[in-house]
Amino acid sequence: MRSAVVLFPGSNRDHDMVKALHDVTGNRPTVVWHQDATLPDVDLIVLPGGFSYGDYLRCGAIAARSPAMLDVARKAKAGVRVLGVCNGFQILTEAGLLPGALMRNAHLRFVCKEVKLRVINNATDFTRAYAKGQVIRCPVAHHDGNYFADPETLARLEDDGRVAFRYAEGTNPNGSINDIAGILNEAGNVLGMMPHPENLIEALHGGLDGRGLFESVIQAVAA
Amino acid sequence: MFQNDIDITPDLIARHGLKPDEYERILRLIGKKPTLTELGIFSAMWNEHCSYKSSKKWLKTLPTKGDKVVIGPGENAGVIDIGDGDVAIFKMESHNHPSYIEPYQGATTGVGGILRDVFTMGARPIAAMNSLSFGEPDHPKTRHLVAGVVAGVGGYGNSFGVPTVGGEVRFHARYNGNCLVNAFALGIARRDGIFLSEAKGVGLPVVYLGAKTGRDGVGGATMASAEFDDTIEEKRPTVQVGDPFTEKRLLEACLELMKTGAVVAIQDMGAAGLTCSAVEMGAKGNLGIRLDLDRVPQREEDMTPYEMMLSESQERMLMVLEPSKEKEAEAVFRKWELDFAVCGETTDDLRFRIIWQGKEVADLPIKELGDEAPEYDRPWVEPRKAAPLAADAIPAVNDVGAALIRLIGAPDQASRAWVYEQYDCLVQGNSAQIPGGDAGVVRVEGTQKALAMSADVTPRYCDADPFEGGKQAVAESWRNVTAVGGDPIALTDNLNFGNPEKPEAMGQFVRALQGIAEACRALDFPIVSGNVSLYNETNGEGILPSPTIVGVGLLPDVTRMATIAFKADGDEVILVGGHGSHLGQSVYLRDLHGREEGTPPPVDLALEKKNGDFVRGLIASGRVATCHDLSDGGLGVALAEMAMAGRRGVRVELGSRVPQVAVFAEDQARYLIAVKPGEAAAILADAARAGVSAERIGTVGGDAVDFGAAGKASVADLKAAYDGWFPAFMSGKA
Repeated sequence: MRSAVVLFPGSNRDHDMVKALHDVTGNRPTVVWHQDATLPDVDLIVLPGGFSYGDYLRCGAIAARSPAMLDVARKAKAGVRVLGVCNGFQILTEAGLLPGALMRNAHLRFVCKEVKLRVINNATDFTRAYAKGQVIRCPVAHHDGNYFADPETLARLEDDGRVAFRYAEGTNPNGSINDIAGILNEAGNVLGMMPHPENLIEALHGGLDGRGLFESVIQAVAA
Repeated sequence: MFQNDIDITPDLIARHGLKPDEYERILRLIGKKPTLTELGIFSAMWNEHCSYKSSKKWLKTLPTKGDKVVIGPGENAGVIDIGDGDVAIFKMESHNHPSYIEPYQGATTGVGGILRDVFTMGARPIAAMNSLSFGEPDHPKTRHLVAGVVAGVGGYGNSFGVPTVGGEVRFHARYNGNCLVNAFALGIARRDGIFLSEAKGVGLPVVYLGAKTGRDGVGGATMASAEFDDTIEEKRPTVQVGDPFTEKRLLEACLELMKTGAVVAIQDMGAAGLTCSAVEMGAKGNLGIRLDLDRVPQREEDMTPYEMMLSESQERMLMVLEPSKEKEAEAVFRKWELDFAVCGETTDDLRFRIIWQGKEVADLPIKELGDEAPEYDRPWVEPRKAAPLAADAIPAVNDVGAALIRLIGAPDQASRAWVYEQYDCLVQGNSAQIPGGDAGVVRVEGTQKALAMSADVTPRYCDADPFEGGKQAVAESWRNVTAVGGDPIALTDNLNFGNPEKPEAMGQFVRALQGIAEACRALDFPIVSGNVSLYNETNGEGILPSPTIVGVGLLPDVTRMATIAFKADGDEVILVGGHGSHLGQSVYLRDLHGREEGTPPPVDLALEKKNGDFVRGLIASGRVATCHDLSDGGLGVALAEMAMAGRRGVRVELGSRVPQVAVFAEDQARYLIAVKPGEAAAILADAARAGVSAERIGTVGGDAVDFGAAGKASVADLKAAYDGWFPAFMSGKA
């Protein structure tokens, strides 16, 4: 499986994501600078976590307008899988590739802790290695993860099975609506999520629950 | 219109924090009346913060050498060898005064400054920690300071992308007017890839890197070298503003630049910015420096040379460039959208010359500026020590279980999760232990090695007996590194004290340093970097003497590491170091009986070493994976923390011991370990052979910390008290 990670000024979990992709898929991803107008042909494009442009203006707003994102949008439209984690999720909403917005956490503080996620839809390229309804552990680390969408959008997301992950067992860390932790686009090839599966992939991390996400993509590519 | 040649009045000299005899010294050194810019430069170089003029005499007495010390004090940070050609580079630094005036920005720039100290030497920061001391919880300013400082520490470190893996937070009335914010950072580099500030070569370009220069922080270091009074609000403009986004780009750009071979010497701009960095590079390299301020990138219009030389704008570096690499070097900085400006050159005349609007506004002897700062042998007196506590003066409690719940829910013992959950402790993916245990542990990427680090000091001990308190701070840090399985290598210190011009405060400093030195020697634990923060006084009242120690150690194999959590029912609990008897200065007396009395527990350094080496050996051999050191709150608090972390109880036999003494004594050099049932006998036999006191005191299991007839506390009640206090306090309910 071939993958690419887009690097923006201020990205800081690019390194973690590159390592996770390398460890789980066996192939080192290509790192693409945000000024590059064309991404390589890959099976998965990842927008990593961090503080692109320092979260100035609005989280992800400036990065969403970088040259690389124009090509990400083109490729997403053409069906290439795109995963945005944390700041990557924020960039995807700011770029219009996913609906809704990520507001400041309800308690107004940055939060880094482990939460529980329920796999709501496992019939996707990103979740097929998990069981439907399975509860997994996953860390979060963000200041602006409070997902919000208007009632019609929310109804569409819920009705169309586009909520991939929900915070489970009372662990919603940010006040997001319907406990939403990750959503898909209409075609199902773009996933945005606040939690960090890349930080739970080896014994040192105290668990392997994050590997399933990357293994899902491997399975999807092989299928 | 800027007037450089003005009348230097006694008032102007005083406002620059210079004493009349210090001004006389300046006149003798330079042989002329200084210009305003020159006076500003001297005040920047000669204040306490930059010159260490009151502390230098005593700092020289600290042990700084060891087999694994690559670079000791004197550079931006200390460097230790961690094997395989790798080095760890670390330091701690205070940002106390700015954080009290403007908590968010004071804390951010404290974190930013220490990160720069580490990466200016060529190391990528892989861990951060901090030590925070605030006033008593119900003081009207405390919540505001806690909220701002914690948000600031997180705001900077999280965005920069360094995991904050540990630290400490304490409350005491003696910090009401002067909080402490000590920030630590550690980075990794290759031993052959360390960069220094010493300039080499005449006529080489001096390059300005990073963010533009503004008026923020003008005179900050001078502010940090004075006592506070009721006019501190007027000092807000001396606090700098942090920009972690720029710092992150500066990190990436600097590390990229260092690979090109373009860097001859490099120095970050911290306190006293352009002045300190340029003088440091020149004085160390025996070279002069000429700076053309018209080429310095500026954020504001009409800045005077005085302002530019004293600005403490953040995220800036100065370097001496290998001229053949200029294009390549500039391209790196343009890519990261940072300033890159050749703004001067090295010279052979040993002068520090400043050009502004084509005119020379300062011309000073660079060596004298850097090396001839006044050095004082401040008078000191033997500090007042607390009287010993009479044995019959210790009140009893009916139920040690109930007492334990109160103690674990008290401000200084309660969970710090409210604080550390605001810090990203996972970024970079190498965190093996995050806050909540004995030490932070971070793997060295690509290896099985890991580094353990712990920030410690017990200021109430230092106040009651500065010498024993100094020893204890070092011993506790060494013990915490040991308790996770780390082999302690070296430490950095952050010496926070009161006004050195007061003999009593100076006496505390002297005695604490003597204690620190004695412990470092006994434990073979040298000091490789550090920082001194004096004048921590407000309206004449000093802080508790607070020499924060961060010890760093190496775990050769991160899979052989201990954590505090009880792992399985039936495991046997062994107390290493014996039962305690010392309740002087204990949190038991303070938090349950409102008495801060007695002498602190003495530290037997030979015993400390013997017991620690034994425990570390057990962890390294894979026989022990559960360990916790005993400190504040003694055996009881340690057991409660192990039970809560493991979500299971423990039954403990106290025999005929006096319950509150056995449970809450704070005797040093002690650990709790838990081992599989079949292992205990062999470990006890090994302890006996090693001459280490060890006894089986209980068994893991049940849902309470159960002391039998002396009382018990359910894990659920302990957890409610432990988790409850901080959030309730911050929401105004505690």
